Amino acid sequence: MRKIAAARPRVSPSDVVPVARWEGKGGATEVAAYEHPFYVRVAHWLTAITLVIMAASGLRIFLAFPSFGEKVPQQDFWHPPDAITLGGWLGGALQWHFTFMWVFAGAALVYLIGQVVSGRYRMVLFTPRDIPGVWPMARHYFLRGPKPPVDQPYNPLQKLAYTTTILFGALSLVSGVALYKSAQLPWLVTMLGGYRLVRGWHFLALCGFAAFVPGHLLMVAIHGWRNFTAMLTGWKRDPEYVKR
Amino acid sequence: MTSRIIRPPRTRRELLKLTPLLAIGAVAYPPWRGRILDAGMRFSDRVSALTFRPDHLAPTYGAADVVPFEQFPYNYYDILEPEIDFAGWSLKVDGLVSRPGSYSLAQLQRIPKVSQNTRHVCVEGWDAIGNFGGARLADFLDLAGADPQARYVAVTCADGYYESIDRATARQPQTLLCYEMYGKPLDRGHGAPLRLQIPTTLGYKQAKYLLTLSVVNDLPEERSFWGDQGYSWYGGL
Repeated sequence: MRKIAAARPRVSPSDVVPVARWEGKGGATEVAAYEHPFYVRVAHWLTAITLVIMAASGLRIFLAFPSFGEKVPQQDFWHPPDAITLGGWLGGALQWHFTFMWVFAGAALVYLIGQVVSGRYRMVLFTPRDIPGVWPMARHYFLRGPKPPVDQPYNPLQKLAYTTTILFGALSLVSGVALYKSAQLPWLVTMLGGYRLVRGWHFLALCGFAAFVPGHLLMVAIHGWRNFTAMLTGWKRDPEYVKR
Repeated sequence: MTSRIIRPPRTRRELLKLTPLLAIGAVAYPPWRGRILDAGMRFSDRVSALTFRPDHLAPTYGAADVVPFEQFPYNYYDILEPEIDFAGWSLKVDGLVSRPGSYSLAQLQRIPKVSQNTRHVCVEGWDAIGNFGGARLADFLDLAGADPQARYVAVTCADGYYESIDRATARQPQTLLCYEMYGKPLDRGHGAPLRLQIPTTLGYKQAKYLLTLSVVNDLPEERSFWGDQGYSWYGGL
Protein backbone atom coordinates (compact mmCIF):
# COMPACT_ATOMS: atom_id res chain seq x y z
CA MET A 1 0.00 0.00 0.00
CA ARG A 2 1.20 3.46 -0.85
CA LYS A 3 1.18 6.08 1.80
CA ILE A 4 -0.46 8.93 -0.08
CA ALA A 5 -0.44 11.25 2.90
CA ALA A 6 3.32 11.47 2.74
CA ALA A 7 3.31 12.66 -0.87
CA ARG A 8 2.64 16.30 0.02
CA PRO A 9 4.01 17.00 3.46
CA ARG A 10 2.29 19.46 5.74
CA VAL A 11 3.83 22.81 6.43
CA SER A 12 6.62 22.09 8.80
CA PRO A 13 6.59 24.38 11.85
CA SER A 14 10.17 25.38 11.29
CA ASP A 15 9.32 26.57 7.78
CA VAL A 16 7.36 29.47 9.15
CA VAL A 17 8.18 29.64 12.85
CA PRO A 18 11.69 30.45 14.03
CA VAL A 19 12.71 28.14 16.86
CA ALA A 20 15.19 29.01 19.60
CA ARG A 21 17.11 26.41 21.60
CA TRP A 22 19.46 27.31 24.33
CA GLU A 23 21.05 25.83 27.36
CA GLY A 24 19.05 26.70 30.44
CA LYS A 25 19.79 26.30 34.10
CA GLY A 26 21.13 22.88 34.98
CA GLY A 27 22.17 22.22 31.39
CA ALA A 28 18.69 21.35 30.15
CA THR A 29 17.76 22.41 26.64
CA GLU A 30 15.14 25.16 26.55
CA VAL A 31 12.93 25.53 23.49
CA ALA A 32 10.76 28.41 22.35
CA ALA A 33 9.08 29.26 19.04
CA TYR A 34 8.53 32.76 17.71
CA GLU A 35 4.89 32.19 16.83
CA HIS A 36 3.66 35.76 16.48
CA PRO A 37 5.84 38.38 14.82
CA PHE A 38 5.36 42.01 15.74
CA TYR A 39 2.82 42.82 13.02
CA VAL A 40 0.61 39.90 14.09
CA ARG A 41 0.62 41.00 17.71
CA VAL A 42 -0.10 44.61 16.81
CA ALA A 43 -2.93 43.57 14.48
CA HIS A 44 -4.32 41.15 17.07
CA TRP A 45 -4.53 43.62 19.94
CA LEU A 46 -5.73 46.48 17.77
CA THR A 47 -8.46 44.20 16.48
CA ALA A 48 -9.32 42.98 19.97
CA ILE A 49 -9.89 46.55 21.14
CA THR A 50 -11.58 47.93 18.05
CA LEU A 51 -13.80 44.88 17.60
CA VAL A 52 -15.41 45.57 20.97
CA ILE A 53 -15.85 49.25 20.06
CA MET A 54 -17.22 48.47 16.60
CA ALA A 55 -19.61 45.81 17.89
CA ALA A 56 -20.98 47.91 20.75
CA SER A 57 -21.34 51.10 18.71
CA GLY A 58 -22.76 49.06 15.84
CA LEU A 59 -25.49 47.69 18.12
CA ARG A 60 -26.33 51.26 19.20
CA ILE A 61 -26.60 52.25 15.52
CA PHE A 62 -28.77 49.19 14.89
CA LEU A 63 -31.11 50.31 17.71
CA ALA A 64 -32.06 53.38 15.65
CA PHE A 65 -33.76 51.04 13.18
CA PRO A 66 -33.62 47.49 14.54
CA SER A 67 -35.06 45.89 11.42
CA PHE A 68 -33.96 44.59 8.04
CA GLY A 69 -37.19 45.44 6.25
CA GLU A 70 -39.39 48.38 5.36
CA LYS A 71 -39.73 51.49 7.48
CA VAL A 72 -43.47 51.54 6.83
CA PRO A 73 -44.70 49.26 8.31
CA GLN A 74 -41.75 48.63 10.63
CA GLN A 75 -41.16 45.16 12.04
CA ASP A 76 -38.39 45.13 14.61
CA PHE A 77 -35.96 42.23 14.59
CA TRP A 78 -34.19 42.65 17.91
CA HIS A 79 -33.56 45.37 20.49
CA PRO A 80 -30.00 45.10 21.80
CA PRO A 81 -29.92 45.94 25.53
CA ASP A 82 -28.37 49.34 26.30
CA ALA A 83 -25.72 47.69 28.48
CA ILE A 84 -23.92 46.18 25.48
CA THR A 85 -24.08 49.34 23.36
CA LEU A 86 -21.67 52.26 23.09
CA GLY A 87 -22.18 55.91 22.24
CA GLY A 88 -25.35 56.75 24.16
CA TRP A 89 -27.31 57.72 21.06
CA LEU A 90 -27.15 57.22 17.31
CA GLY A 91 -24.90 60.23 16.68
CA GLY A 92 -22.48 59.28 19.45
CA ALA A 93 -22.33 55.67 18.26
CA LEU A 94 -21.65 56.79 14.69
CA GLN A 95 -18.70 58.83 15.95
CA TRP A 96 -17.15 55.75 17.56
CA HIS A 97 -17.94 53.63 14.52
CA PHE A 98 -16.61 56.09 11.93
CA THR A 99 -13.45 56.76 13.94
CA PHE A 100 -12.46 53.20 14.83
CA MET A 101 -13.43 51.69 11.49
CA TRP A 102 -10.12 53.08 10.20
CA VAL A 103 -8.17 51.35 12.96
CA PHE A 104 -10.08 48.10 12.39
CA ALA A 105 -9.46 48.25 8.62
CA GLY A 106 -5.84 49.28 9.15
CA ALA A 107 -5.18 46.32 11.44
CA ALA A 108 -6.80 43.97 8.92
CA LEU A 109 -4.63 45.38 6.15
CA VAL A 110 -1.43 45.05 8.18
CA TYR A 111 -2.30 41.46 9.08
CA LEU A 112 -3.29 40.32 5.59
CA ILE A 113 -0.33 41.92 3.83
CA GLY A 114 2.06 40.58 6.47
CA GLN A 115 0.66 37.07 6.23
CA VAL A 116 0.90 36.98 2.45
CA VAL A 117 4.35 38.57 2.20
CA SER A 118 5.86 36.37 4.94
CA GLY A 119 4.11 33.21 3.80
CA ARG A 120 2.86 32.67 7.33
CA TYR A 121 -0.67 32.36 6.03
CA ARG A 122 0.19 28.69 5.33
CA MET A 123 0.33 28.14 9.08
CA VAL A 124 -3.25 29.20 9.73
CA LEU A 125 -5.15 29.03 6.44
CA PHE A 126 -7.70 26.20 6.44
CA THR A 127 -7.33 24.11 3.28
CA PRO A 128 -9.09 20.94 2.08
CA ARG A 129 -6.11 19.01 3.39
CA ASP A 130 -7.18 19.96 6.91
CA ILE A 131 -10.68 18.53 6.57
CA PRO A 132 -9.84 14.98 7.78
CA GLY A 133 -8.30 16.41 10.96
CA VAL A 134 -11.32 18.46 12.00
CA TRP A 135 -13.45 15.69 13.46
CA PRO A 136 -10.72 13.99 15.56
CA MET A 137 -9.86 17.38 17.06
CA ALA A 138 -13.50 18.28 17.73
CA ARG A 139 -14.00 14.85 19.30
CA HIS A 140 -11.03 15.51 21.54
CA TYR A 141 -12.20 18.99 22.58
CA PHE A 142 -15.89 18.34 23.07
CA LEU A 143 -16.30 14.58 23.60
CA ARG A 144 -13.16 13.75 25.56
CA GLY A 145 -11.83 11.73 22.64
CA PRO A 146 -8.16 10.81 22.28
CA LYS A 147 -5.82 13.70 21.57
CA PRO A 148 -4.57 13.69 17.98
CA PRO A 149 -0.81 14.21 17.57
CA VAL A 150 0.21 17.85 17.49
CA ASP A 151 2.70 18.46 14.70
CA GLN A 152 1.99 22.05 13.66
CA PRO A 153 1.34 25.41 15.35
CA TYR A 154 -2.39 25.35 14.57
CA ASN A 155 -4.49 22.21 14.50
CA PRO A 156 -7.19 21.78 11.82
CA LEU A 157 -9.98 22.96 14.11
CA GLN A 158 -8.04 26.10 15.01
CA LYS A 159 -7.34 26.74 11.34
CA LEU A 160 -11.03 26.38 10.60
CA ALA A 161 -11.99 28.81 13.38
CA TYR A 162 -9.37 31.42 12.53
CA THR A 163 -9.90 31.24 8.77
CA THR A 164 -13.68 31.59 9.21
CA THR A 165 -13.20 34.57 11.49
CA ILE A 166 -10.89 36.28 9.00
CA LEU A 167 -13.65 35.78 6.42
CA PHE A 168 -16.18 37.35 8.81
CA GLY A 169 -13.78 40.26 9.20
CA ALA A 170 -13.58 40.64 5.43
CA LEU A 171 -17.37 40.45 5.23
CA SER A 172 -17.78 43.15 7.86
CA LEU A 173 -15.37 45.44 6.01
CA VAL A 174 -16.79 44.87 2.54
CA SER A 175 -20.42 45.21 3.68
CA GLY A 176 -19.46 48.24 5.79
CA VAL A 177 -17.88 49.98 2.79
CA ALA A 178 -21.00 49.17 0.75
CA LEU A 179 -23.23 50.74 3.42
CA TYR A 180 -20.99 53.76 3.89
CA LYS A 181 -20.70 54.48 0.15
CA SER A 182 -23.86 52.97 -1.30
CA ALA A 183 -24.29 55.76 -3.86
CA GLN A 184 -20.62 55.82 -4.90
CA LEU A 185 -20.25 52.03 -5.12
CA PRO A 186 -23.62 50.75 -6.33
CA TRP A 187 -21.95 47.75 -8.01
CA LEU A 188 -20.74 46.58 -4.61
CA VAL A 189 -24.26 46.90 -3.19
CA THR A 190 -25.63 44.94 -6.15
CA MET A 191 -22.96 42.27 -5.76
CA LEU A 192 -23.98 41.80 -2.14
CA GLY A 193 -27.63 41.43 -3.09
CA GLY A 194 -29.04 44.92 -2.57
CA TYR A 195 -29.09 47.56 0.17
CA ARG A 196 -31.29 45.70 2.68
CA LEU A 197 -29.22 42.56 2.37
CA VAL A 198 -25.99 44.53 2.88
CA ARG A 199 -27.24 45.51 6.33
CA GLY A 200 -27.96 41.83 6.88
CA TRP A 201 -24.42 40.79 5.88
CA HIS A 202 -22.97 43.47 8.16
CA PHE A 203 -25.04 42.11 11.04
CA LEU A 204 -24.14 38.51 10.15
CA ALA A 205 -20.45 39.39 10.39
CA LEU A 206 -21.14 40.63 13.92
CA CYS A 207 -22.86 37.32 14.71
CA GLY A 208 -19.77 35.51 13.42
CA PHE A 209 -17.54 37.47 15.80
CA ALA A 210 -20.00 36.89 18.61
CA ALA A 211 -19.69 33.14 17.98
CA PHE A 212 -15.90 33.17 17.72
CA VAL A 213 -14.82 35.43 20.57
CA PRO A 214 -16.30 33.50 23.55
CA GLY A 215 -14.87 30.23 22.25
CA HIS A 216 -11.51 31.87 21.64
CA LEU A 217 -11.39 33.31 25.16
CA LEU A 218 -12.50 30.00 26.65
CA MET A 219 -9.76 28.10 24.85
CA VAL A 220 -7.14 30.59 26.00
CA ALA A 221 -8.44 30.29 29.56
CA ILE A 222 -8.39 26.49 29.45
CA HIS A 223 -5.28 25.85 27.42
CA GLY A 224 -3.16 28.23 29.00
CA TRP A 225 -1.12 31.06 29.94
CA ARG A 226 1.59 30.18 27.41
CA ASN A 227 -0.72 30.95 24.49
CA PHE A 228 -1.65 34.28 26.03
CA THR A 229 1.92 35.38 26.71
CA ALA A 230 2.91 34.22 23.24
CA MET A 231 0.53 36.81 21.79
CA LEU A 232 2.21 39.45 23.95
CA THR A 233 5.87 38.57 23.46
CA GLY A 234 5.70 36.54 20.27
CA TRP A 235 7.54 33.62 21.90
CA LYS A 236 5.92 30.40 22.99
CA ARG A 237 7.82 28.25 25.45
CA ASP A 238 7.97 24.51 24.91
CA PRO A 239 5.62 24.28 21.93
CA GLU A 240 4.20 20.79 21.58
CA TYR A 241 4.92 20.65 17.88
CA VAL A 242 8.71 21.19 18.28
CA LYS A 243 10.87 18.30 19.42
CA ARG A 244 13.34 19.17 22.07
CA MET B 1 15.09 25.80 8.63
CA THR B 2 17.15 28.81 7.75
CA SER B 3 15.43 30.91 10.37
CA ARG B 4 16.45 28.68 13.28
CA ILE B 5 18.20 30.65 15.99
CA ILE B 6 20.08 29.58 19.04
CA ARG B 7 20.00 32.44 21.56
CA PRO B 8 17.28 32.73 24.20
CA PRO B 9 14.30 34.86 23.15
CA ARG B 10 14.13 38.49 24.26
CA THR B 11 10.60 38.36 25.52
CA ARG B 12 10.71 41.52 27.62
CA ARG B 13 11.87 43.67 24.70
CA GLU B 14 9.17 42.16 22.48
CA LEU B 15 6.55 42.97 25.09
CA LEU B 16 7.75 46.57 25.40
CA LYS B 17 7.44 47.01 21.64
CA LEU B 18 3.67 46.71 22.09
CA THR B 19 3.37 49.52 24.63
CA PRO B 20 2.53 52.22 22.00
CA LEU B 21 -0.79 50.41 21.63
CA LEU B 22 -1.72 51.70 25.09
CA ALA B 23 -2.14 55.11 23.43
CA ILE B 24 -5.52 53.89 22.24
CA GLY B 25 -6.57 54.08 25.90
CA ALA B 26 -6.58 57.88 25.54
CA VAL B 27 -10.10 57.54 24.20
CA ALA B 28 -11.19 56.24 27.61
CA TYR B 29 -10.23 59.60 29.14
CA PRO B 30 -13.36 61.74 28.78
CA PRO B 31 -11.68 65.13 28.13
CA TRP B 32 -9.76 63.63 25.20
CA ARG B 33 -12.52 61.41 23.91
CA GLY B 34 -14.46 64.19 22.20
CA ARG B 35 -11.40 65.50 20.42
CA ILE B 36 -10.37 62.05 19.21
CA LEU B 37 -13.83 61.24 17.92
CA ASP B 38 -14.11 64.69 16.30
CA ALA B 39 -10.82 64.06 14.54
CA GLY B 40 -12.11 60.65 13.41
CA MET B 41 -15.28 62.21 12.01
CA ARG B 42 -13.33 64.94 10.22
CA PHE B 43 -11.02 62.32 8.73
CA SER B 44 -13.99 60.22 7.55
CA ASP B 45 -15.63 63.30 6.05
CA ARG B 46 -12.42 64.24 4.26
CA VAL B 47 -12.03 60.77 2.78
CA SER B 48 -15.70 60.85 1.73
CA ALA B 49 -15.28 64.21 0.01
CA LEU B 50 -12.08 63.07 -1.70
CA THR B 51 -13.65 59.88 -3.04
CA PHE B 52 -16.80 61.70 -4.23
CA ARG B 53 -17.01 61.66 -8.03
CA PRO B 54 -18.87 64.81 -9.17
CA ASP B 55 -20.25 63.22 -12.34
CA HIS B 56 -21.00 59.79 -10.94
CA LEU B 57 -24.73 59.16 -10.69
CA ALA B 58 -26.36 57.46 -7.74
CA PRO B 59 -28.38 54.44 -8.91
CA THR B 60 -31.83 55.12 -10.32
CA TYR B 61 -34.65 52.62 -10.36
CA GLY B 62 -37.58 51.53 -12.48
CA ALA B 63 -41.18 52.35 -11.57
CA ALA B 64 -41.65 48.83 -10.18
CA ASP B 65 -39.04 49.45 -7.48
CA VAL B 66 -40.62 52.67 -6.21
CA VAL B 67 -42.40 52.25 -2.88
CA PRO B 68 -46.06 53.40 -2.86
CA PHE B 69 -46.37 57.03 -1.76
CA GLU B 70 -48.28 56.05 1.39
CA GLN B 71 -45.32 53.88 2.43
CA PHE B 72 -42.68 56.55 1.88
CA PRO B 73 -41.68 57.38 5.45
CA TYR B 74 -41.99 60.77 7.07
CA ASN B 75 -39.23 61.62 9.46
CA TYR B 76 -41.00 61.87 12.78
CA TYR B 77 -38.34 64.22 14.17
CA ASP B 78 -39.37 67.17 12.04
CA ILE B 79 -42.95 66.57 11.05
CA LEU B 80 -43.62 70.00 12.52
CA GLU B 81 -45.52 71.34 9.54
CA PRO B 82 -44.33 74.87 10.20
CA GLU B 83 -46.50 77.86 9.44
CA ILE B 84 -45.71 78.88 5.89
CA ASP B 85 -47.46 81.56 3.83
CA PHE B 86 -47.60 79.45 0.68
CA ALA B 87 -49.14 82.21 -1.44
CA GLY B 88 -46.36 84.66 -0.60
CA TRP B 89 -43.55 82.08 -0.37
CA SER B 90 -40.28 82.67 -2.18
CA LEU B 91 -36.71 81.44 -1.85
CA LYS B 92 -34.40 84.24 -0.67
CA VAL B 93 -31.00 83.93 -2.29
CA ASP B 94 -27.86 85.77 -1.22
CA GLY B 95 -24.11 85.41 -0.93
CA LEU B 96 -21.74 84.95 -3.86
CA VAL B 97 -24.41 85.34 -6.55
CA SER B 98 -24.73 87.99 -9.22
CA ARG B 99 -28.55 87.92 -9.11
CA PRO B 100 -29.55 87.77 -5.44
CA GLY B 101 -33.13 88.22 -4.35
CA SER B 102 -36.39 86.31 -4.07
CA TYR B 103 -37.26 83.47 -6.40
CA SER B 104 -40.86 82.32 -6.61
CA LEU B 105 -41.89 78.70 -7.05
CA ALA B 106 -43.08 79.59 -10.58
CA GLN B 107 -39.59 80.84 -11.42
CA LEU B 108 -38.03 77.60 -10.13
CA GLN B 109 -40.54 75.58 -12.12
CA ARG B 110 -39.47 77.28 -15.34
CA ILE B 111 -36.10 75.53 -14.95
CA PRO B 112 -36.24 72.20 -16.87
CA LYS B 113 -37.79 69.67 -14.49
CA VAL B 114 -35.96 66.51 -13.54
CA SER B 115 -37.93 63.47 -12.35
CA GLN B 116 -35.95 60.65 -10.77
CA ASN B 117 -36.50 57.41 -8.87
CA THR B 118 -33.76 57.29 -6.28
CA ARG B 119 -33.04 55.68 -2.92
CA HIS B 120 -33.56 57.82 0.15
CA VAL B 121 -31.25 56.55 2.91
CA CYS B 122 -31.84 57.63 6.50
CA VAL B 123 -28.97 57.79 8.97
CA GLU B 124 -31.10 55.55 11.19
CA GLY B 125 -30.67 52.74 8.70
CA TRP B 126 -33.96 52.58 6.82
CA ASP B 127 -34.24 53.33 3.16
CA ALA B 128 -36.99 53.86 0.60
CA ILE B 129 -36.98 54.30 -3.15
CA GLY B 130 -39.19 57.20 -4.15
CA ASN B 131 -39.98 59.46 -7.09
CA PHE B 132 -38.82 63.04 -6.83
CA GLY B 133 -39.23 65.98 -9.18
CA GLY B 134 -37.69 69.40 -9.24
CA ALA B 135 -35.04 71.70 -10.64
CA ARG B 136 -31.38 70.78 -10.68
CA LEU B 137 -29.70 72.83 -7.99
CA ALA B 138 -26.81 73.34 -10.46
CA ASP B 139 -29.24 74.91 -12.95
CA PHE B 140 -30.67 77.16 -10.27
CA LEU B 141 -27.20 78.23 -9.14
CA ASP B 142 -26.48 79.23 -12.74
CA LEU B 143 -29.80 81.10 -12.92
CA ALA B 144 -28.89 83.05 -9.78
CA GLY B 145 -25.42 83.70 -11.14
CA ALA B 146 -23.60 81.82 -8.39
CA ASP B 147 -19.81 82.01 -8.29
CA PRO B 148 -18.80 78.63 -9.77
CA GLN B 149 -15.82 78.52 -7.41
CA ALA B 150 -17.85 79.15 -4.25
CA ARG B 151 -17.30 76.29 -1.83
CA TYR B 152 -20.64 75.79 -0.11
CA VAL B 153 -24.38 76.16 -0.42
CA ALA B 154 -26.15 76.81 2.89
CA VAL B 155 -29.90 76.78 3.46
CA THR B 156 -32.26 77.70 6.27
CA CYS B 157 -35.77 76.40 6.77
CA ALA B 158 -39.17 77.47 8.08
CA ASP B 159 -38.90 75.06 11.03
CA GLY B 160 -35.55 76.39 12.27
CA TYR B 161 -33.63 73.63 10.51
CA TYR B 162 -30.47 74.50 8.58
CA GLU B 163 -27.99 72.66 6.41
CA SER B 164 -24.99 73.17 4.17
CA ILE B 165 -23.43 71.10 1.40
CA ASP B 166 -20.18 71.35 -0.50
CA ARG B 167 -19.90 72.56 -4.09
CA ALA B 168 -19.40 69.10 -5.60
CA THR B 169 -22.57 67.78 -3.96
CA ALA B 170 -24.54 70.92 -4.82
CA ARG B 171 -23.59 70.66 -8.49
CA GLN B 172 -24.00 66.88 -8.82
CA PRO B 173 -26.66 66.51 -11.55
CA GLN B 174 -29.09 64.55 -9.32
CA THR B 175 -29.13 67.18 -6.56
CA LEU B 176 -32.56 68.83 -6.81
CA LEU B 177 -34.52 71.73 -5.47
CA CYS B 178 -37.43 69.35 -5.10
CA TYR B 179 -41.04 70.52 -5.29
CA GLU B 180 -42.73 67.27 -6.36
CA MET B 181 -43.04 63.70 -5.19
CA TYR B 182 -44.80 61.08 -7.25
CA GLY B 183 -45.82 63.78 -9.77
CA LYS B 184 -47.72 65.81 -7.15
CA PRO B 185 -46.67 68.95 -5.29
CA LEU B 186 -44.76 68.16 -2.10
CA ASP B 187 -47.07 67.61 0.85
CA ARG B 188 -46.49 69.28 4.22
CA GLY B 189 -44.72 66.37 5.86
CA HIS B 190 -42.24 65.95 3.02
CA GLY B 191 -41.23 69.61 3.06
CA ALA B 192 -43.66 71.74 1.03
CA PRO B 193 -43.16 73.91 -0.81
CA LEU B 194 -39.46 73.23 -1.49
CA ARG B 195 -36.79 70.90 -0.15
CA LEU B 196 -33.36 69.62 -1.08
CA GLN B 197 -33.28 66.14 -2.59
CA ILE B 198 -29.80 64.67 -2.78
CA PRO B 199 -29.46 60.97 -3.68
CA THR B 200 -25.75 61.05 -2.74
CA THR B 201 -26.34 62.08 0.89
CA LEU B 202 -28.18 60.84 3.93
CA GLY B 203 -31.67 62.17 4.56
CA TYR B 204 -30.78 64.71 7.23
CA LYS B 205 -28.78 66.70 4.64
CA GLN B 206 -31.93 67.05 2.50
CA ALA B 207 -33.48 70.01 4.28
CA LYS B 208 -37.24 70.65 4.01
CA TYR B 209 -39.35 73.86 4.05
CA LEU B 210 -36.58 75.92 2.45
CA LEU B 211 -36.65 79.70 3.06
CA THR B 212 -33.17 80.93 2.23
CA LEU B 213 -30.22 79.77 0.17
CA SER B 214 -26.73 81.25 0.45
CA VAL B 215 -23.71 80.65 -1.74
CA VAL B 216 -20.66 81.03 0.48
CA ASN B 217 -16.97 80.30 0.87
CA ASP B 218 -17.12 80.03 4.64
CA LEU B 219 -19.68 77.97 6.47
CA PRO B 220 -21.94 79.82 8.88
CA GLU B 221 -21.73 79.17 12.61
CA GLU B 222 -24.78 76.97 12.27
CA ARG B 223 -23.50 74.48 9.72
CA SER B 224 -25.86 71.56 9.92
CA PHE B 225 -28.80 70.97 12.25
CA TRP B 226 -27.87 67.38 13.03
CA GLY B 227 -24.21 67.72 12.06
CA ASP B 228 -23.78 70.29 14.82
CA GLN B 229 -25.21 67.77 17.28
CA GLY B 230 -22.77 65.02 16.37
CA TYR B 231 -23.66 63.52 13.01
CA SER B 232 -21.19 63.72 10.16
CA TRP B 233 -21.35 67.15 8.50
CA TYR B 234 -20.64 65.62 5.11
CA GLY B 235 -23.23 62.86 5.39
CA GLY B 236 -22.35 61.52 1.94
CA LEU B 237 -23.24 58.10 0.62
